[in-house]
Order: sequence, then C-alpha cells, then structure tokens
Amino acid sequence: MNKQVISVQQLNKHFANNHALKNVGLSVEQGEMVALLGPSGSGKSTLLRHLNGLVCGDKTVNDKPSNGYIEVLGVPVQKNGKFCKTVRASRCQTGYIFQQFNLVTRLSVLQNVLIGGLNSTPLWRSLTGRFTLAQKQQAMNALERVGLADFATQRVSNLSGGQQQRVAIARALMQQAKIILADEPIASLDPESSRIVMDILSDINKKEGIAVVVTLHQVDYAVRYCPRVVALKKGEVFFDGPSEQLDEGTLAALYGSKVTPPQSNKSKTPVPQLWAQTA
Amino acid sequence: MNAAAADPLSPPRTSWFTLIMWALVIAVLSWSWQGAEIAPMKIVKDAGNMAELASDFFPPDFKNISYYLEEMLITLHIALWGTLFSIILSVPLGLMCAENMVPAWVYQPTRRLMDAARAINEMVFAMLFVVTVGLGPFAGVMALFIHTTGVLAKLYSEAVEAIDPGQVEGVRATGANKLEEIVYGVIPQVLPLWISFSLYRFESNVRSATVVGMVGAGGIGVILWESIRGFMFPQTCAVMLIIIVTVSLLDFGSQRIRKLFI
Ligand SMILES: Nc1ncnc2c1ncn2[C@@H]1O[C@H](COP(=O)(O)OP(=O)(O)OP(=O)(O)O)[C@@H](O)[C@H]1O
Ligand SMILES: [Mg+2]
Repeated sequence: MNKQVISVQQLNKHFANNHALKNVGLSVEQGEMVALLGPSGSGKSTLLRHLNGLVCGDKTVNDKPSNGYIEVLGVPVQKNGKFCKTVRASRCQTGYIFQQFNLVTRLSVLQNVLIGGLNSTPLWRSLTGRFTLAQKQQAMNALERVGLADFATQRVSNLSGGQQQRVAIARALMQQAKIILADEPIASLDPESSRIVMDILSDINKKEGIAVVVTLHQVDYAVRYCPRVVALKKGEVFFDGPSEQLDEGTLAALYGSKVTPPQSNKSKTPVPQLWAQTA
Repeated sequence: MNAAAADPLSPPRTSWFTLIMWALVIAVLSWSWQGAEIAPMKIVKDAGNMAELASDFFPPDFKNISYYLEEMLITLHIALWGTLFSIILSVPLGLMCAENMVPAWVYQPTRRLMDAARAINEMVFAMLFVVTVGLGPFAGVMALFIHTTGVLAKLYSEAVEAIDPGQVEGVRATGANKLEEIVYGVIPQVLPLWISFSLYRFESNVRSATVVGMVGAGGIGVILWESIRGFMFPQTCAVMLIIIVTVSLLDFGSQRIRKLFI
C-alpha cells in the first residue's frame, strides 16, 4: 500500500451562485501520474488551486458547517473552509505549474528559478537577493534538466511560451517539490513544445518518484502520459480510473453529449469505475 | 436611462440634462471670473508700467554670480534630499495604499493621510517647518519631503494596483512569504514606473525648491525674494535666468533618463 499524498474530502466551492465544486473527493498516492480532465468550466483549475491553498473552499454547505478537508503530503492545507496554519508549509513542498506560466517576466530566467528556493532561504538573504553559490548551482542544474541552461541570463519576457513553461518546471525542481500540480501546462503551447513539457513532467514523475497531477484538455495526451484519469463534470467527479478505461461513451458523456452517465456510488476500493455523486 | 432600456429604438435626443450641464458650466465660469477679479483692461491700460518694469530688469546683473550659483546648488541639495526621503517612505506607504496589497482598514486611513499631505502645498509646509526647525534649507527639505510623499505614495500605489496578479501568485505558489511575494513578485513589475515617477518628482521638486526659499526655507529662493523686495530688478533677472537654465537642464536630463525606463 502506497503512501497517500493528496487527500480531498467533501470539498465544496461556490463562486456567488455558481457551484463550482460539488462535494469533491480525491485521493492520490505517491508516484502516481494523474490527468485531470473535464470540459471548460468543470472546475479543474479551481480544484487544483484549492490543493495549493490559493483558494479556500466553502465555509458552509446547505447552511451547515462544511466538512471540507484537504491534505497534501500529510500537511493540512484547508479545513472546513479555512486555511490551516500549515498552508505555506504545504506550498513549499508543492510545485505548481500555471497555464499562463506566471513567471516574473522582468526578472531573468535564473532569478525566476531561484524564486523556487525562497522558502528554504533565510529572510535576510532572500530580501536582499543574496542567494548562495550552492543555490545558484542548483538552479543551473534545474535549468540544465529542462534544457535551458543557455538562457539563464535572459529576461523571461524574451522567451517563447514553451521555454517559459520549462522555466516554471525548473522553478518547481528548485523547490525540490515532493509533488507537482500542473494546471493546463500545455494549453498555450504548440505540439512540439507540448510534447517536451509533458516528457519532462513524466520524467520527473518517474525519476523522482513524485506524484504529478496535471489538468489537460487533450485526451490523447492524458492517455499517453497518465496511467490514471480523473474527470470532472460540472464540479463533480465524473470518472476516476485507469486511462485505458476511458472509452468513447464516457468521453462523449463527459464532453457534453446528452448521454447520462451510469449512476453508482463511490467505493473506497481502487477498482476503477464510472460514477457520479448526487449533490 | 430606464426609458432608453425599455425602448431601444427611440433615437437619442438632446437631453435636458446636457443643456443644464452647459448652463452650470457657464454659471461657474462667470462666477469665478468675478471672484478672481479678472480685468483684462487693466493690462492694456497699465501697459506702460509693465514695459517700464520689464526694462528695469535688463541688463541682468551677474556681479554676484558665484553667490547665486552656490545658493542654486543648495536648492538642488534641498530638492535631492526632499525627494530621496519621500521615495524611501513612499515605498511602504505606496504598498499600504494599494487595495490589492492590504485590507481596507489599512489602505483607507493611509490614503486619507496621503491625501492630506498632498492637499497642502509645499509653501505652507515650508512656513510651518521654518517655525519648528528654524530658517534654512532643512525646513525646505522637510516641506518637500512631506508633500512629495503624499504624491509619490499615490502614484506608486496606482502602479501596484495595475500589476499582473498571476506573477505574484506564481511566487506565492512556491511557498514564499508575503514580504518575498512583494520583493520578487510586485517590485520587479512596478520598478520602471516607480523610477520614472520619482525622477519626475525630482524635476518638479527642483522647481518647488526655488520657491520654498521665499518663506525662508533656504536656497536661491531667499535671494530671489530679497532682491524682489529690495526692487533690485537686474539682480532678480540674473537669479531668474539661473533658475531657468538649471531647471531646463535638469528637466531635459531627467526626461532622457526616464525614457530609458518606460
Ligand atoms: N475567481 C473566480 N470567480 C468567480 N468564478 C470563478 C472563479 N474561478 C472560477 N470560477 C468559476 O468556476 C467554474 C470552474 O472554473 P474553472 O476555471 O475551475 O474551470 P476549468 O475546468 O479549469 O475550465 P478551463 O478548462 O476553461 O480552464 C467556472 O464556472 C468559473 O466561471
Ligand atoms: Mg482551467
């Protein structure tokens, strides 16, 4: 039995009247590579942002106090709609990749990678920008790994989208992240860059043995790179199982045809199944 | 408004509102005309006096030029330190005025404080500081410092409010703390604008520093005031020329530098 690295329980989230996440439960184990699928607006980004404590879940569910709980790598992130004190400790161990890269565009590539080291740097060093030689070496190694060592001194704004996404991955490597959450890392990239970025993520997953959760729009990428797929539909977990089981009927139901998915209850066994929860 | 929404096909017509607005504008303008006692005929009638006064200014008297230059330099010193102090204070205050950085109970009072510092002219502050710290350049430095802080903190905070929040979130997602988020996520984005604003304020502080001297707060303004009061117009003219040349040179130089940052 592997160690559980992500545990989400009864997570609900409303944006005004929009019920974006409906009683979501999710469990990911050490070393898994999971694709998070679902049509636009189904809540993929929202779920991922909750996992990193960038958004907080609902405080109440149907006027009752919520039981929502998220734990990453054994560190509580949020509970009952409130951030836990350990949220920053959890972020430190979590590499987060954004669709829009979210790099600091006016800083150099190397400086952006070094930002990944902030959380392990004493404040007087980080605020004065005095990173150690060892840290700079580590950052260069991370850049080498994503194939961008030659770009270290360039300003990020001069890089292509694919290169920027690799810098973001290098930042996560610098963090020595124990888990990677990637929100549509390839949505704004061309096929070749997409392949490179997915290869790197897959490589990290295999070599470091850390879990990677990646939201994707392209089902073929999900099937090719991720043994497990979790699909969200209208804020509910709609499918959770091995990617081979993702057949055409399921996909059609997921991406908006009128077919209603077969109803069944969630079970704790890892047996893959189609299921939908009643809200 | 509601009528238009209910019947989108009715053509827009000149509304009473527009007419009333025009009437109001005209009323305010003519009221202010009287309040300011504007009398263009006086200029025509007294044209002779003006010409006589103007001719008194020429030729300018540069006998004491080294003294003038010395005081002009002091004026620059006043402007430099007045600006520098306010830059240092405006960094935290600017962040504390930005609504995307701090909660309302922080930015509201900070903004009101900055409004106050900005509302009151440097000259008024100069008079107050002459009373408290005595005659001399330091009163000028303090006057510029307080007023400029009010201006810069507002400009800085506007730049902060226009940043791309994604970049800050990227820093936050690595587990960085709030201060690190600011230093690595916010400052790099606003720095070019901040530098440009600061240089611009330095330019205008050099101009202001020439007048704070008139109330005794040091620098070339003191000479300017004394020579005007003593009807020493050729000297006044020389001092004014020195001010014009210095201010123009600095404006030009600082504009060139500012262009580099935008
Ligand atoms: N900050 C927000 N404020 C208000 N509504 C939001 C916010 N973020 C997300 N939503 C809403 O929550 C729902 C889920 O959005 P989310 O971005 O998670 O979808 P997604 O599955 O990531 O879609 P996409 O594939 O287009 O990225 C949407 O209806 C969206 O409008
Ligand atoms: Mg999304």
